[in-house]
Amino acid sequence: MNSAIPFSAQLINLFAAVILLLAFAMLAQRRVLALINLFAMQGLTLCLATLVAAVTTSQPHLYYSAALTLILKVLLLPWILHRLVRKLNVKGEVEALINIPTTMLVGIVLVMVAFNVALPISELSHTITRGTLGIALAVVMLAFLMMITRQKAITQVVGFLSMENGLFLAATSATYGMPMVVELGIALDVLVGVIILGVFFFQIRDQFDSLDIRNMEQLKDS
Amino acid sequence: MISISGLLGQAFAILLALMLAPLLSGWVGQCRAWLQSRTAPPLLLPYYMLQKLFHKDVVLAHGASSLFRVAPFVVFGCMVLACAIIPSLSTDLPLAPAADALALVGVFGLARIFISLAAMDVGTSFGSLGGRREMLIGFLAEPALLMVIFTLAMTVQSTSVATIVETLAHRELVIYPSLAFAGIAFTFVSLAENARVPVDNPATHLELTMIHEAMILEYSGRYLALLEWAASLKLYAYSCLGLALFFPWGIAAGESFLALLAAIPVLLFKLAIGGFLLAVIETINAKMRIFRAPEFLGTAFMLAVLGLLVRLLLEAKV
Repeated sequence: MNSAIPFSAQLINLFAAVILLLAFAMLAQRRVLALINLFAMQGLTLCLATLVAAVTTSQPHLYYSAALTLILKVLLLPWILHRLVRKLNVKGEVEALINIPTTMLVGIVLVMVAFNVALPISELSHTITRGTLGIALAVVMLAFLMMITRQKAITQVVGFLSMENGLFLAATSATYGMPMVVELGIALDVLVGVIILGVFFFQIRDQFDSLDIRNMEQLKDS
Repeated sequence: MISISGLLGQAFAILLALMLAPLLSGWVGQCRAWLQSRTAPPLLLPYYMLQKLFHKDVVLAHGASSLFRVAPFVVFGCMVLACAIIPSLSTDLPLAPAADALALVGVFGLARIFISLAAMDVGTSFGSLGGRREMLIGFLAEPALLMVIFTLAMTVQSTSVATIVETLAHRELVIYPSLAFAGIAFTFVSLAENARVPVDNPATHLELTMIHEAMILEYSGRYLALLEWAASLKLYAYSCLGLALFFPWGIAAGESFLALLAAIPVLLFKLAIGGFLLAVIETINAKMRIFRAPEFLGTAFMLAVLGLLVRLLLEAKV
């Protein structure tokens, strides 16, 4: 029945499914530190998926992007985020605007939408990874959902980074990755973005004594 | 076709389930004790318990109606039927057409309804509390279980448990991501359905937390023995179902009696590993508040739906 799918594609599909699972786990996670660890795991899975794609298609630049993912998203960014959490002394639970089971249900609906949208697109593609396009889209949308439903600035940044994971997966699945220049550019962007946001965190906290972004709705020129 | 060997295999499977189920409960209890550095109770403790209870007189509450007396037999019968149609040793089961996977969920549901009604029948507050909680857990667990079964049924295009297991056992090795999702969801559901730790603690009689124990609080003597036996049969049935669906290797497919015999050590080995893993899960998790249970089962439902969706997306074509 499924014998026509080569083994490497099965592996990639499996990794993509794990990425989707981790995206949901991030949605359900209540603790900030565990959230960051989940993000690192998602990065690692993405790296493995890219690596498998690179080995199967022997495209050299996919090796680079796998290495880039490993360094940036598995080691560097989680380390920066861990340090931020320690320095900002963010403890305890992530506060969600909608309760978590409802968020999950909305998430399932988003996954359905993403899968349906991606199906005709992936028909046009001829890569072995094309099946995962729907998952990539779903991960992007779930990350969006996470950014929308969370109050704390740090979780929103993790959502942003997770969205980048999804985009990366989409690029790999549709066209075997973006050109190297673009990829490097995005990686650098994300890195700089996180560093700048880290500085922002401190500013926000100094201003409001909390990282709750609802405070920022009351900003007024005076 | 119903063959003699099929009938023999069926009878043997039921007998084995009846004999083995308390042993599985005892094994889980023993592993739990080991992991928590307690002195382990004897492995055969559930048997002693059953023997003791069968020899005791029954004390009935004043308000108990006949429903209260019928319920243990119905529950026990449901569990035996479930054990009979779940292929634990062989997929050649003459009783298998009696209920497909969906009806199997219904059989479990029937047992649940009767035990809850019986718990409410006497009119004690603990009984109705336990009954209501059981229904709450049940109505959340059932959709998740159904979704798991739909995922599997779509993979093999059949809802008969025996056919599903037979097809899965004889395919070439293909990674199904959807099965991984379904497997995790199934684990969640089994934990909830069997009153295991994250949802309920089978060893507690603490009034605020108990679910299953609260329902059988009014039972004594042989009725209690039947219910305890049914509970261990349920654990056995769920374990066998999980093992058969997700690790179907080693289950005999058909006629030969030797293959049936060869399947026994494999089953014992798988059950031992499964029971140990269950004990590990129970040890490393704390019991949840009862109001967290919907979230837990909601996660199971979500995983099962994701499995279904992933199956549609990744594995439907080709």
